[in-house]
Amino acid sequence: MREQELATQADIDGEIAGIATAYERDVAEETQPRLDYPPYRSSLLRHPTHDLQRADPEGVELWAPVFGHHEVGASEADLTVQHAGEPIGERMVVTGRVLDGDGRPVRRQLVEIWQANAGGRYIHQRDQHPAAIDPNFSGVGRCLTDDDGSYWFTTIKPGPYPWKNHRNAWRPAHIHFSLFGTEFTQRIVTQMYFPGDPLFARDPIYQSVVDPRARGRLVASYDHDLSQHEWCTGYRWDIVLTGSHRTLTDGERGEHA
Amino acid sequence: MSAHDLIATPGQTVGPFFHYALPYDGDSELVPPGRADAVRLHGQVLDGDGAPVPDALIELWQADAEGRVCREPGSLRRDGFTFTGWGRAATDDAGHYSFSTVRPGPAVAGAAPFFALTVFARGLPNRLFTRAYLPGDDAARSADALLSAVEEGRRSTLVAVPDAQGLRFDIRLQGDDETVFLAHPRH
Repeated sequence: MREQELATQADIDGEIAGIATAYERDVAEETQPRLDYPPYRSSLLRHPTHDLQRADPEGVELWAPVFGHHEVGASEADLTVQHAGEPIGERMVVTGRVLDGDGRPVRRQLVEIWQANAGGRYIHQRDQHPAAIDPNFSGVGRCLTDDDGSYWFTTIKPGPYPWKNHRNAWRPAHIHFSLFGTEFTQRIVTQMYFPGDPLFARDPIYQSVVDPRARGRLVASYDHDLSQHEWCTGYRWDIVLTGSHRTLTDGERGEHA
Repeated sequence: MSAHDLIATPGQTVGPFFHYALPYDGDSELVPPGRADAVRLHGQVLDGDGAPVPDALIELWQADAEGRVCREPGSLRRDGFTFTGWGRAATDDAGHYSFSTVRPGPAVAGAAPFFALTVFARGLPNRLFTRAYLPGDDAARSADALLSAVEEGRRSTLVAVPDAQGLRFDIRLQGDDETVFLAHPRH
């Protein structure tokens, strides 16, 4: 798209405000992003226009794939030790619990993350943002939750970065999370943000979740008890998946744990 | 549903930069291509203009050929023998995805077998769920609860089409012949 065709930040701010004002008059609480959210320009031709079809999960949909420790290396949870040298930026840990909609821990399930480096640059050929690539940081991690449903990653705090949604568009710093539950229908990919980011109000992806309480569920908390003396800062972010439909097995409920 | 239900964390778009993180060697090969019982499940992801979506990611979850739900790990490091029932495939520059797998069996005798699919893409603010039913066995499909609930003119968007290489299932995010996408209770 040519630059003169791009909307301004003020245009986007106006669209976001108009949708937010209309939502405040609404009665239903929206807990998920809108599929049709025009300020996020890439969504214009990529969202379904029909209502989603109500469907009761059946067969495989009542189960989720199983992953094992032999296929996820222990070192994959530490994004700062994947290369010969130390990556540049603020070392941090992020941890939290993955729960289902009934509050039960999701045990021994796969969590995948990916993110930009401290300068806001992804190691991806389509990211042409002229910020430095860090040869000591790839920004990809995986782990399995433990019996408490907890995940744990050590990484570098990502930087904000520009994108071409509109003129002078900047994404708030975030870490992409990919999560599985105990059922296929609980599958989710989302983004974790950092508290107090000044770019929140201007970002149409964050704002595609139009309810402010729901948006707040995407923001981690700074937790000083997770910070480590002369080593790293700490953030906590719990993730809740949708409700389950199947009676869980003893192993999933952890009665023998 | 209880009064203590927690509210789910919102989803967000997978964005444009997942290619170096989510795809992995062997991700789309639930069985080795060329094996006697292997079938190709493939198709294009298309936007509202009918243009290919080159930055989508499709995940597949299915029963085995006998209709059993797989409970074996190993999707991330395939050993070539264990059928795990799960895989993922990023679309290429032509919006095309492709899996090597087997035809799923019915969950119970007489049921219509299907592949369960999840769709992620840049520009898609949240993931979408759909099903790709096997062609053939018209009686099973006409008795299927979901297909019966879908208006007749849109049912074909949920059924894979046989082609020379196996089964073709195009995913239209928007527009004419828009694929039927699913919402589940408690979401």
